[in-house]
Amino acid sequence: AKMRGLPKLLSRAKRVRVGFSASEPVLAIQAGILQPDKFTQTFVQLRGLQSSNVISQAPLAAVADTDSGKQLRQELESIVGPGNVSSGESVVLQHGQDEGPHQGKSPDIVVFPSSTEEVSEICKICTKHNIPIIPYGTGTGLEGGISAVDGGVCVNVSKNMNKILQIHQEDFSAVVQPGISREMLNQEVRADGLWFPVDPGADASVCGMCATGASGTNAVRYGTMKENCLNLEVVLADGRIIHTAGIGSRPKKSSAGYNLTSLFLGSEGTLGIITSATVCLHAIPESVAAAVVGFPTVQNAVDTVVMTLQCSVPMARMELLDEVQMKACNEYSGLSYPETPHLFLEFHGSESEVESQTETVRDIAADNEGGEFQWAVQQEDRTKLWTARHRAYYADIALRPGCRSLTTDVCVPVSALPDLVTATKADIAEHGLIGPMVGHVGDGNFHTMLLFDPADPEEFRKCKEVANKMARSAIALGGTCTGEHGVGQGKMVLLEEQFGKDGIDVMRKIKGALDPQQLMNPGKIFSRNCNI
Amino acid sequence: MALKVLVGCKRVIDYAVKIRIKPDKLGVVTEGVKHSMNPFDEIAVEEAMRMKEAKLVNEIIVVSCGPAQAMETIRTALAMGADRGIHVEIPVDQMDTFQPLHVSKVLAKLAEKEKVDIVMLGKLAIDDDSNQTAQMTASLLDWPQGVFASKIDQTDAGLEIIREVDGGLETIRTTLPAVLSADLRLNEPRYATLPNIMKAKKKKVVKMTPADLGVDMAPRIQIVSVEDPPVREAGQTVADVDDLVAKLKEKGFFSA
Repeated sequence: AKMRGLPKLLSRAKRVRVGFSASEPVLAIQAGILQPDKFTQTFVQLRGLQSSNVISQAPLAAVADTDSGKQLRQELESIVGPGNVSSGESVVLQHGQDEGPHQGKSPDIVVFPSSTEEVSEICKICTKHNIPIIPYGTGTGLEGGISAVDGGVCVNVSKNMNKILQIHQEDFSAVVQPGISREMLNQEVRADGLWFPVDPGADASVCGMCATGASGTNAVRYGTMKENCLNLEVVLADGRIIHTAGIGSRPKKSSAGYNLTSLFLGSEGTLGIITSATVCLHAIPESVAAAVVGFPTVQNAVDTVVMTLQCSVPMARMELLDEVQMKACNEYSGLSYPETPHLFLEFHGSESEVESQTETVRDIAADNEGGEFQWAVQQEDRTKLWTARHRAYYADIALRPGCRSLTTDVCVPVSALPDLVTATKADIAEHGLIGPMVGHVGDGNFHTMLLFDPADPEEFRKCKEVANKMARSAIALGGTCTGEHGVGQGKMVLLEEQFGKDGIDVMRKIKGALDPQQLMNPGKIFSRNCNI
Repeated sequence: MALKVLVGCKRVIDYAVKIRIKPDKLGVVTEGVKHSMNPFDEIAVEEAMRMKEAKLVNEIIVVSCGPAQAMETIRTALAMGADRGIHVEIPVDQMDTFQPLHVSKVLAKLAEKEKVDIVMLGKLAIDDDSNQTAQMTASLLDWPQGVFASKIDQTDAGLEIIREVDGGLETIRTTLPAVLSADLRLNEPRYATLPNIMKAKKKKVVKMTPADLGVDMAPRIQIVSVEDPPVREAGQTVADVDDLVAKLKEKGFFSA
């Protein structure tokens, strides 16, 4: 393996630092040689990690103690100030673990820059010393995107860079720094009658959402991050700062040069660090109605969705919750829905448009054996109706306290949805797993939350098997292995299957051109030391 | 029997802003700081709108007291659906001594002038947390008051109001006219939409001064000082359980 700067630090030492006590580093040896001790086990349980997967990492104390460690720290402090550099245990631990099932690895140092120029200087130093760079927003990803697989410097761009730089009401756009989350942006613009409609479950950083190509429940009508981003300011591995659509550009459309904005959207920090994003805003709808309707089978529900889209109804939200999910929601939120598949719907438009859309969909649902069609217009009634859907993930985790979830993310053309969903549910049952299902069915995208006990590697293996099978079926049906969460670490193999050798080769060449030393977020999208 | 409602709205520092004390320690920094409508006033406007949509009310007048920027707050209320506005102009240098009693006098005078049936306010403003204006306005008008309202219904004789009190919920009945104040759970306010924001620009807003209403602006309260709350002390890390127990003993948490 290519040796990075600070070789002692980052070489594959057999010692690993796990736990919170500073005076007693707990030794856990790579899988299978020695059993982890009780302390490690407890810690591993708490973090939802798999004891068999505790991979070696050099002791963190070494960062401060080596000459090269001290030098790096000094150089970073001279850019951002001593208060903005940390290698404290809890700090690095937090910055290596996101909200997904994959065990994250801590970086060696975390820095908190306050400007794009500081980010640029940090990258120049890391390039000079050949040290990996991992961008960090809100840490709310699900694919291990922030895990520092080779250690390195984590660049937390959200803590100090948290301004909304510009709001252009009449142009329906805003320019934000990484510290602005989607809810913060919404709060700022709502007085102007505007909103930012991309809403992944978490209150994620808008720039982070650009990095993962995020989407949400409103995508069926308002699009994903890809349709709502006009320009990105990006710092490359060597410190150069570029603007993907032009310096200060924010027109609605452009034919100027290669579409670099598209390139960086969804690049998951492997091509550069996003330090500001120009995003699209939309008019708050005049009238909003929410509806919930149950069906005897998932097939009925999905058929309703397909027919609604065929009738060209401009749905704002179409979410499917299967019967397992409904049970979880009932238990968690104290509701009493029948435990059958349900569709959660939202209609936007003028009052008359919303009324007529609702009528149309009510009829389609009835034709497909839909049950009672509950609907609401008042803000708090709509909030109540949607509570079940909003708390779905937490409801799932609560089904088996202490478990983690492997969340799948396939997306297929809508016509292929009914068959894939039915086959998936059968597969989950066959493997004896609990896998509630929630889907942005309007986009042909659905998630299964495959629950596993973090201390049971066999169960995790089964979840992986189901997930991979689902992804392969999706690819075969003309879909994609990941609709919105990204590739991260878990889907690299699937990516190759989806694109073929030549497709991946083109991606690798681009990566090689922009990041020849392979410092930007290694181990994501492509395996390390890929041939570029 | 369609009613007329006067809704009071105050422009306050936005709830999400980090407050900083002025160097003279007599107030907080407001220059260049984000302001918005007091959240409880939004709830008040929303409730008036729902009454209008239920045909109980046929006119909503929104009033705000303050310098030129108070117009933003009035426009927001108009964009939510209020029919017309009244801007009671207070010069910036008088804002520090403009207090709830003055507001109450202004509102009482306007309520009489406009012959309204309901004065609807937020239960308190998030900058001074006074929770006085609704009560004093009712007293000046000698009208019944339904404050901390979490539900308002019309009855044959007037209104039935469910109020949030320390012990739970209290239901009262009042005749009309009455003064009401909105509590958090009364409703979830609507967002102003672009078409309504555009329409609001054309709605009428009348300007006047407290003097026009015969209200005496002399302050009754003097702010002596404004200070930050005490800075939180750093926690102490303990090495192990024995150390923790020793420290707890030291601080007198054990009786033995």
